Formats: sequence, structure tokens, C-alpha cells
Amino acid sequence: MGLGTGLVKGLGVTFKTMARTIVEGAQTVQYPHEKEAPPIRSRGVIALREENCTVCMLCARSCPDWCIYIEGHKQLAPPRRAGGKPRTVSALDRFDIDFALCMYCGICVEVCPFDALFWSPEYEYSEPRIADLLHDKDKLGEWMETVPAAPELDPGADKKGKK
Amino acid sequence: MSAASVLAIEIPYWGQSILRVVGGLAALLLIAGTVVYLYLFKAVSFMQSRLGPMEAGPYGSMQLLAEVGKWLQKEDLFPDNADKRIFKLAPIIVLVSTFLLYLTIPWGPDAFFLDPATFNTGIFFTLAVSSISVLGILMAGWSSANKYSLMGGLRAAGQLIAYELPMVLAVVGVVIQAGTLNLQGIVVAQNDGSIFGFEYLGNPFVLTQAIGFLIFVIAAQAELTQTPFDMPIAESELVAGYMTEYSGFRFLIFFIAEFASAGAFAGIASVLFLGGWGLPTAWGDWTSGNAMNVIGPVLLLTKILLLSFVIFWARFSFPRLREDQLQRFAWKILIPLALGNIAVTAILKVVF
Repeated sequence: MGLGTGLVKGLGVTFKTMARTIVEGAQTVQYPHEKEAPPIRSRGVIALREENCTVCMLCARSCPDWCIYIEGHKQLAPPRRAGGKPRTVSALDRFDIDFALCMYCGICVEVCPFDALFWSPEYEYSEPRIADLLHDKDKLGEWMETVPAAPELDPGADKKGKK
Repeated sequence: MSAASVLAIEIPYWGQSILRVVGGLAALLLIAGTVVYLYLFKAVSFMQSRLGPMEAGPYGSMQLLAEVGKWLQKEDLFPDNADKRIFKLAPIIVLVSTFLLYLTIPWGPDAFFLDPATFNTGIFFTLAVSSISVLGILMAGWSSANKYSLMGGLRAAGQLIAYELPMVLAVVGVVIQAGTLNLQGIVVAQNDGSIFGFEYLGNPFVLTQAIGFLIFVIAAQAELTQTPFDMPIAESELVAGYMTEYSGFRFLIFFIAEFASAGAFAGIASVLFLGGWGLPTAWGDWTSGNAMNVIGPVLLLTKILLLSFVIFWARFSFPRLREDQLQRFAWKILIPLALGNIAVTAILKVVF
């Protein structure tokens, strides 16, 4: 009788699921009409805070896909104190991420020592042309608006960490 | 008797023939469409906790038209080495087999496509034409010049022949009990009958021939190559079996034939086991009169939809058997069971 009971049980599972879907609605969401809010740490798109970037190239070098293109130059900035020497700062000329290559590993976000890169849960940026998936630094900067605030630290966690 | 004389209009024979063909095709397409929308699109989605097509028309009801339009736009491809004439003919043979199945189902006392009064071997003819589709499938598999198609076609042939037998043998029990091969006669016998003098249910043979009904439904599932028995089109092994090289309109014909014959087998099972279009005689005299010509088709359609739900329910619930398990199940379990059923039915028929 093992065979028969198993078959009946299988039919029961599908029938119960069908009844539940009809009565309570489906588990899925009718996507273009209603959207699920992605979890706060979702890896949707990478955002760039340009003023934090020091053109250190750590992200570009750590990227397994080599999908980050950075160009920069040194320039003189006014001295911090009056009478001091002008400072040398690195300015960002180009910061492109090719999302056609990116595999969303997040190593660049982890490795950035100056908090210039962030994950944003935004995911609707598909393009008809693959070349348009290369986001330049302006576009990456625009994604900053969609970056959620950092979650509260757990009680007892080290407060001196990344801010 | 035909629709012509009911309406008191004399239609010449060729006109009646055209009407029957058009009516049969309309029934085929309507039932295939209903089955595909209700079960292939919706029930399976609900069983997987999703909604299925929702965009085309209210609740996706126009999705079928979109799909047909899509198929019609596709390129009509032939493999280079295909035997083109046979390749073109195969889907049509499968569809004709299904179409002939539809012609044999009686829908009411006067609502039928083939006149039961002159069609006494009804169920024999039905089972005979249902096996024509094997030819079409073999032709499709052979002419595609593709090893997957060929293997799919051979598997289908082996499977359809293996399950044709238990199906025929299961029907023999019904025929013995009803005492006629005529489908209309079987319907009348069920609704005229009584169970130990209790006549308010009639005597639908699903009660007395429960084993036969079970065998018939399982064999029908295999004949339709629906999932627990879908080795011929096993997508993980054979791409799409004998349909691998078909695209566009020709694939559409295979598709329609598959789901239309699901409806047809459900219809034959309803006629044989569930009382067909009739109501029990004890509820009133229904054997004549036009009311039953309207109520009958609705009743039969309800039964068809219920039975095809069972077919698709099983399809969406169970994984595929292995090829040797399939053959063993037919030859070692179903056929002996069906033979036993015949013997017991025959003995009881003589005793009572």
C-alpha cells in the first residue's frame, strides 16, 4: 500500500496548494504592477559617493571581472591652514562600472577604505543595448539617493567600525 | 435522426456532412482551448502557488489567442534530411485521429455527429481510431531525421501499443455489462439501470466497473502521454521527442491534438463510466424531447471537464516513470487486472 498512499499524498499536496492559491492568493507578485520591496541589504546596483573616492584603485584591482574602470589625476588644492603649502589631492576623471560584466560579488564595496562605494537595492536598470549597462560616475552618483541608511548596529557591537 | 430533422429542415447529405465536420472541429477546438486555459494555464499555476497568465484579457483568458498568433508567425522549418511529405502529413494524421474521436461521442438523444442508429460498433470504432495517432507519431519521429525524434517516436509507439491493450480490455467489462457496443446504448443502459432495485442513481458503470474505470483512466493518461507516462517527449532526455523538429503551425497542430484528445478521452470515459449526457430515468422521461439535447451536452461537458481535471491534476503532481517501469506497469499489472475484471464481470453477468 506504500505506493498508493504516496500517490494520494502527492495529489493532496498539489490540490491543497491550488485551493490555498485560489482562496488566499499566490505567493508570487504580479511584477510590473506591484513590486516587492527588496531586503535592505540586497545587491541591486553599486552606488558611488564621488567626494569620498581617492582614486586608490583598490576596487578596480580587486574586481574579479575587471569591470571597474578608473582614471584620475593629481591636482593641487588650497592649503588647510593659511600660509601652508598647497596640498596634492587625487581627482576622479572617470569611474565606470560595466554592469554587463559585474557579477555582484561586492568585493569592491567591501574593499573600499573610504566608504565611496555602496550597495543599493535598486534593480530596474536593464537596457536594450548592452553598452548602456556601463554606468559612468554621474550615473553611479545618482544611485546614491537609493542607498538605504546603514542598519543599526547590534547591541554590543563595536561602535568604532565603518561609519 | 439528426439535427436537421429536429429543426424540421431538410438538409442534403453533403450539407449535413459539412455541418458535422465543422461542428466536430468546433467542439474539438473549444474543448482543447478550455482544457488548455483552465488546466494547463491556470490549475497548474495555482498548484505551484502562482497566478499564471494574467495580462491578456481578464485573468489572462485571451492568452490562447496570443499564443496561437505567436505560433502562426513562426517560421515553418524543415530539417535538411527530413522526408518532407511525411513530415508535413504527420501532425495532420494525429489531428484527424483526435477529430474522429470527437465525432463518435454522443452529446444528447439527437445531438451527435455520427448517427448511433446506424453506428452499432461505436466503442470499437472509437478505440480503433484512437490508435491511428500512433501512426502519425511514428511518421513524425521517423521523418524528422533526428535521433531524438526517432527515439521519441519509437517510445511513443511502444507505449501507446502497451496501453491500448488495458484500455480496450477495461472497456470490454463495460460492454459486457451494457450488452451493446453502441455508445448511445451504453449511455441508455447506465441511466436506465438500477443498483439492486435502487434506481435513483441509475447505474453509472463507475460503481460496478470501478476497477475498469481506474484502468481506463490510467491507460488514457498514458495514451495522452501526460506526465507520469510522458517518456516519448521527456524533455530532459529527448528534447521534445517526436516533436523536436516541429515549429510554428505544425507544432500547434500537435499541441491542439494533444489537449483535444485529453478532452476526447475524458469524454469517452464519461460516456462509458459516468452516464454520459443522460440523467437517471427514475428522475423523469428524458430519452426523447429537445430539453435533453440542451441539458445533455452541458452535463457531458461538465463531466469532461471534471475528468480532464483529474488527468491534469495527476500530470502536475507526479514525476515521470522510467521506460522499463512504464512497460512493466502495463504488461504485468494493468493487463492481468483488466483480464481479471473481464472474467469477474462475465461471471457476474451470467449469475445475475
